[in-house]
Amino acid sequence: MAQTVMHPVVKLEKFTKTYFTGEVEVQAVKGVNLTIEPGEFVAIMGASGSGKSTMMNSIGCLDRPTSGTYLLDGVNVGGLDRDELADLRNSKIGFVFQGFNLLSRTSAVENVELPLLYARKKISGFDQRERAQQSLEMVGLGQRYDHHPSQLSGGQQQRVAIARALVNRPALLLADEPTGNLDSQTSIEIMNIFQELNRKGMTIVMVTHELDIANYTLRTVVMRDGRIVTDEPVKNRLDATTELIRLKEEQQAIKLASS
Amino acid sequence: MISLTPVKIAVRALQRNTMRTLLTTLGIIFGVGAVIGGVAIGNGAKSRIEEQIASLGQNVILVLSGNNSRGGVSMGFGSAGTLSKEDYEGLRKEVSGISGVSPEVRSGAQIAAGSANIQTQVIGVGEDYAGIRAWNIDNGANFTETDVKNANKVALIGQTTATTLFSEEDPVGKIIRIKTSPFIVVGVLAKKGMSMNGSDQDDIVLVPYTSAMVRLTQATSFRSFNVQAANASLVPAVQKEIADLLRQKHKILEGRDDDFIVRTQQEITEAATQTSKVMSFLLGSFASVSLVVGGIGIMNIMLVSVTERTREIGVRMAVGARGNDVLLQFLIEAIILSLVGGVLGIGCGFGLSALVKKYLELPTLVSSDSVIIAFGVSAFIGVFFGFYPARKASQLDPIEALRYE
Repeated sequence: MAQTVMHPVVKLEKFTKTYFTGEVEVQAVKGVNLTIEPGEFVAIMGASGSGKSTMMNSIGCLDRPTSGTYLLDGVNVGGLDRDELADLRNSKIGFVFQGFNLLSRTSAVENVELPLLYARKKISGFDQRERAQQSLEMVGLGQRYDHHPSQLSGGQQQRVAIARALVNRPALLLADEPTGNLDSQTSIEIMNIFQELNRKGMTIVMVTHELDIANYTLRTVVMRDGRIVTDEPVKNRLDATTELIRLKEEQQAIKLASS
Repeated sequence: MISLTPVKIAVRALQRNTMRTLLTTLGIIFGVGAVIGGVAIGNGAKSRIEEQIASLGQNVILVLSGNNSRGGVSMGFGSAGTLSKEDYEGLRKEVSGISGVSPEVRSGAQIAAGSANIQTQVIGVGEDYAGIRAWNIDNGANFTETDVKNANKVALIGQTTATTLFSEEDPVGKIIRIKTSPFIVVGVLAKKGMSMNGSDQDDIVLVPYTSAMVRLTQATSFRSFNVQAANASLVPAVQKEIADLLRQKHKILEGRDDDFIVRTQQEITEAATQTSKVMSFLLGSFASVSLVVGGIGIMNIMLVSVTERTREIGVRMAVGARGNDVLLQFLIEAIILSLVGGVLGIGCGFGLSALVKKYLELPTLVSSDSVIIAFGVSAFIGVFFGFYPARKASQLDPIEALRYE
């Protein structure tokens, strides 16, 4: 096999996104340069209106830049049509949303299979089930494959969503406020899964406005008014496994004190 | 190879809301059921009429006396009495290509046998009559040409008449009294059932027309002639020959109207089936309206469904569904809905037709055509009414759809 050239997973150059709402022209992102290499774990932060959601949608190939270029895993997204964008999302990106966005009244394993149903390279029904099952095992839900979302807790639902994002072996895991609907312990559990996936080499980009969640990543990018204001490695990085143990001890202590 | 994945996607989506799926198909179920049931009733009526017309006999041509009008009021067929004995002789001798001719005179009369007596229709006919009408003689024998020539007092009686007068006894050889004259029963006619207008064809007495005219009616002209052509292809020629002959015998000048009417069985059939065709058409079109309403129901639900499932569509698009995948999913959902409705509706149609047959005692006939058409139409409804919502779904913007609350 030929020598593999390592592309950056995400490469934005003078990336600009402009919306036209009636007469008014809104520049949501103004000429951003950003490169994310394979194996990175990046948090994109910023207040609402900072342009981070627009960035997220563009990195996720849900949208195209107005000007500038965006290369996803070496593919120029700017020149692609709607269908090609859909195929690119299918093969290269795994989405995790704040609201989980699972299909209701559909079992966990069928939810996880969803991206495989739209894969351009056909996968047999048997393989689909197998890969979905593996994916669920990766997030520790192997036993709950036949549960419906309504039978699962928020944390479990988010883990099903992560399994769904992983099932097509994407180049990039894109998480939009993945802990926004979860309590602090469950949030740390989710960050634990992300850190583990990252250690195995998965590139993760996560949008969040919570600083303590951002501290579980390796690099934070802060945006304001459509521009990147800071882009630096995380200094006091938190380890989710340690944090979980600490949290459990604290709860133990409270229990002992109250009894 | 055609991939079954879109079907899998659509079936899974439908399974998620079984109740709604069922309710949506209900419109189509009723629509298709009504079409099939309605057409079955229409067809049943048509087949019964055809059966009754066939009971007139094969290749029969009816010659009716013209109608008399008195002060502008038509007195009905046969009232003019324009068909004479000479005409009958003429028909027998001069018209070629016929296998039987019989004149007909009618009279209601009191009939008695022993202590039983009834009022019934006595028809005076020739010896060919039973043969022309394809009327078998169950018991005994037809009266002969000699009986007719000599105006013998012999009679053939129908099944109903036989049972009323003689109950279980064999009537052949017994005497019945028609008005005041005694007649010998020579045969019993086979059962023929109800006529088109609902009267009992088996409540009848056939006697030689000569005897009827002399002893019962004192009439001098005939009500009608029953003529049978030797085969179907001769019917038009025979019809024309009869008309020409009668015009000549009645000395009708060129350009004047006939004083008689010549009708072929086919013309009678056409007139009668026309009515049942109209009925089938009406039933069918009312039912079609409900089918369209069912289709609109599907479109309505699919539209609501597209709005309600906007987020789902967004998620599907985010994980890589193309616009066409979504279009196909919603289209296939609609087609499945209407086809399932179609199949269940066909079942309902069969059920409806069986119920009508059993409880209303109307004849019904489910035609394979109507089943195929109903199935095709419901598939078409799925495509037609499913396309607009499906296209709407496929054109959603994934970002907007994901943000939709």
